[in-house]
Amino acid sequence: MRTLAIDNLNVVFSTEEGPLHALKNVSFEVPENRIVGIVGESGCGKSTLINAVLGLLADNGRIAEGTIRFEGKTDLVGLSPDRMRALRGQRISTVFQDPMGALNPVLSVGRQMVNIQYRSGLSRAEKQARAVEMLRLVRIPDAEAALRRYPHQFSGGMKQRIAIAMALMMEPALLIADEPTTALDATLEVATIELLQDLQKKIGCSVLFISHHLGVIAELCEDVVVMYAGEVVERGTVRQIFNDPRHPYTRRLLECDPARQSRRTRHLPTIPGEIPDLRARPGGCIFAPRCDRAHSACAAPQPERDCGDHHFARCVLAREPETADGRA
Amino acid sequence: MSEAVSSPPARQSGPGRALRRLLREPLGVFAILLVALVVFGAIFADLLTQYDPTRINPRERFSPPGADHLLGTDQLGRDLFARVLHGGRIALYVALVSTAISLAIGIVLGLIAGYGPRWLDNLMILVFDAVKSFPTVMLALALVTLVGPSLTAVMVVVILVNVPGYARIIRTQTIALKTSEFVTAAQSMGASSARILRVHVLPNVIGPLVILASMDIPVVIAIEAGMSFLGLGVRPPTPSWGSILNDGFSNIRETAWIAVAGGLPIIVTTLGFTFLGETLRDVLDPRLKGRG
Amino acid sequence: MSDDPILSVRDVEVTFPVGGPLSRGAILGVAGVSFELRRGETFALVGESGSGKTTLARAINGLQAISAGEIDFEGRRIDGLGKRAMQPVRKRMSMMFQDPVGSLSPRMTVGDLVTEPFRIHGAGGRNLRDETRRLLSLVGLPAEYANRYPHQLSGGQARRVGVARAIALDPALVIADEPTAGLDVSVQGEVLNLLNDLREKLGLAMVIITHNLHVVHHVADRMAVMYLGRFVETGETESVFSTPTHPYTAALLSANPEPDPDRAHDRISLPAEVPSLLARPAGCEFHTRCPWVQPRCRAQAPVAAALDDRRVACHFPLDPGARPPHRPKEPA
Repeated sequence: MRTLAIDNLNVVFSTEEGPLHALKNVSFEVPENRIVGIVGESGCGKSTLINAVLGLLADNGRIAEGTIRFEGKTDLVGLSPDRMRALRGQRISTVFQDPMGALNPVLSVGRQMVNIQYRSGLSRAEKQARAVEMLRLVRIPDAEAALRRYPHQFSGGMKQRIAIAMALMMEPALLIADEPTTALDATLEVATIELLQDLQKKIGCSVLFISHHLGVIAELCEDVVVMYAGEVVERGTVRQIFNDPRHPYTRRLLECDPARQSRRTRHLPTIPGEIPDLRARPGGCIFAPRCDRAHSACAAPQPERDCGDHHFARCVLAREPETADGRA
Repeated sequence: MSEAVSSPPARQSGPGRALRRLLREPLGVFAILLVALVVFGAIFADLLTQYDPTRINPRERFSPPGADHLLGTDQLGRDLFARVLHGGRIALYVALVSTAISLAIGIVLGLIAGYGPRWLDNLMILVFDAVKSFPTVMLALALVTLVGPSLTAVMVVVILVNVPGYARIIRTQTIALKTSEFVTAAQSMGASSARILRVHVLPNVIGPLVILASMDIPVVIAIEAGMSFLGLGVRPPTPSWGSILNDGFSNIRETAWIAVAGGLPIIVTTLGFTFLGETLRDVLDPRLKGRG
Repeated sequence: MSDDPILSVRDVEVTFPVGGPLSRGAILGVAGVSFELRRGETFALVGESGSGKTTLARAINGLQAISAGEIDFEGRRIDGLGKRAMQPVRKRMSMMFQDPVGSLSPRMTVGDLVTEPFRIHGAGGRNLRDETRRLLSLVGLPAEYANRYPHQLSGGQARRVGVARAIALDPALVIADEPTAGLDVSVQGEVLNLLNDLREKLGLAMVIITHNLHVVHHVADRMAVMYLGRFVETGETESVFSTPTHPYTAALLSANPEPDPDRAHDRISLPAEVPSLLARPAGCEFHTRCPWVQPRCRAQAPVAAALDDRRVACHFPLDPGARPPHRPKEPA
């Protein structure tokens, strides 16, 4: 079963300068018990996508087309705010870059962890025990004492771990993690990734993990969705994406990461040009204006092309594997 | 959401844009009409009426509004329309000049308090709070007792009332900007404190203050009218809305027209500036909604 | 190239006062660091947040007073200089700040921003409009951008404006605090390449502060790893990367998530969190997290000593490829 199935999602914002097509024909799936990463640079529509799934689009935004199926049945598009609220925090939970977004600074951690179990029907003592158990699970030392402390008494890494504990407390079917490790130092970052991996297995939920950090995605995720300017340009398993990228944008993005340059170089690769204005999308391939392999066929709209084994890329050249010199 | 529009095309900003947005608000249009009416009347007072606002004509006391005297005459036979128009000049003059002076002093003191050493800040805050804690009427009475009633006295009172609040707003924002990266960057380049305040701090703190000050204009007009009503402001026979209103109340048994002539412009102006300030605030800086 | 260092930092300490009037104390933000920098050379400071990298940079730039030590720049002692005496130094040394957009004054146009150094230090007969054009083209921005405001720029463009400001007066030294923070991967390279081009063209010396070790690997000639305000290891970048000798360096290098799903993660995990500066551990300050800790480390503080091309502050420097000894997992 699929925990989340997004099909042909289109989101449009009305702005003073005209309609802005923020997400265009976005389709992908988050299978049960799997960690799916979304990678993309600023302006790729990651945040809009999360907000669309959570039913939290800004007032000037609307879902123009498409479905977001959750747990195989409920379409989240057009779900009443009450029913959406009932899902959020219970069946779908979130962790953000800043853990203080999830933590109330004036309530003790224990109080907050008990409060979010209000639908559980457990007794107070049971809720308390569950909170301790969750804090142990995220490796907060001296969990009982930690319940009595306030968020500011914890370090940044610990706060993020507490936020993760709270998000997973109700054993959601889907955890949406939006750049949860970006503000952390590398040593804490890997610890947090390992923790997430561990917890995902224990709880058996699916994770939708958003990051611009390719290293984190490669390490944590099983499937990867590459987004560019509001479109999914490529999706597949983590090995398909990192070892056999088929979309030029994916290839270029991977090249740009200094970590992929094993030899020391003073001249790092870049992608010249900028993301197109989403109020005036080019008719054809969205990446064509910046693509060094663009040709006449790219002026036509690009459907997703199947490269086999559930690997898709939105490019004319998708079926040609990369050759040794990086050119097809 | 914002990331999808993170690099907007060069968008026009500034006064033109604000004005267009203002004209989209019905309340804004109404406010502009009211204010324009008052300003127009004050500027062209001499063209709109041939009457001298101070000329006494005992034979025409208490005439009702009519073709000769649009708003009638008062107990001394002076044309009320002329007095209202010229009173408008006084009101606007006091309001604009004293607000401008309050702004200038408030900004300078606020910048110094916010950017200067801690002890100076503490001292200045103490003074601001002390001045602010005087009730306006007490302040006015005390001052007039010292220097006698005059337009200057009114303006001094207004400035004393306004400056502490303005300075505090500027100070708070200056403190917030003091440690911002762009100020640190200017310091690292070797910019002087004066330059940092003038070029980097001031343009970023002045906007909200100007909006708040424009909303204070009706308050200033009310202070001027109030002091003149009490005889603490403009000396007779110079016309002021407050003194017209006072004449109206003294002669309310003879005619109600004088009181109406004095009260109506105060209401019109106050409403006009208040609505203007409020719509300006909502258009320019929605974060300030619910203040003042 | 002359052999005299442009910048020399000797035993610099920075302290911050803490506590109220009754229990006044001080914490050591930077605890006695030394390094030298020559013309055209790039030196990287790496370490976790709170390690004192930014404080050290601010101290060099005179934005932060130092409590001990000496900073020499172009043959003159510059620590403790008054505002006026510091002015000529500021022309020769510029600083780039972390937030690409936030370090630009929001109500100023790009043109005003890039020529601000001339307005502060005097234009010296230069035409500011020409200078704007020259600087913008140097950093690869179209001349029309002179009329834009910071909020109308993308992160990468704003960073270019920051670079233009930093090099406006032909400085000898640029200190760049996280020059790639907040930038996309595809733009990060542009900014680093730009800085490198300018380094080659203008002979700039650079101090780069970053937590991105992959960036350091490509741009820095030498590097220092900071922990709790101290240099625990300094040396040539390539050699530090290939054979880290301080356990902390080794752990930092191994902690970097690699964008390669097939790579085996042979990670040195550090238990516990960074200790507070208010309660520095006794002995070697890294002993609370060091996988190789020995009794001596808990008692005696190591002195930074030269080891081949390095300086390492460790009693038991690692052999190449050393793995942490197996020990029962402590609760984190």
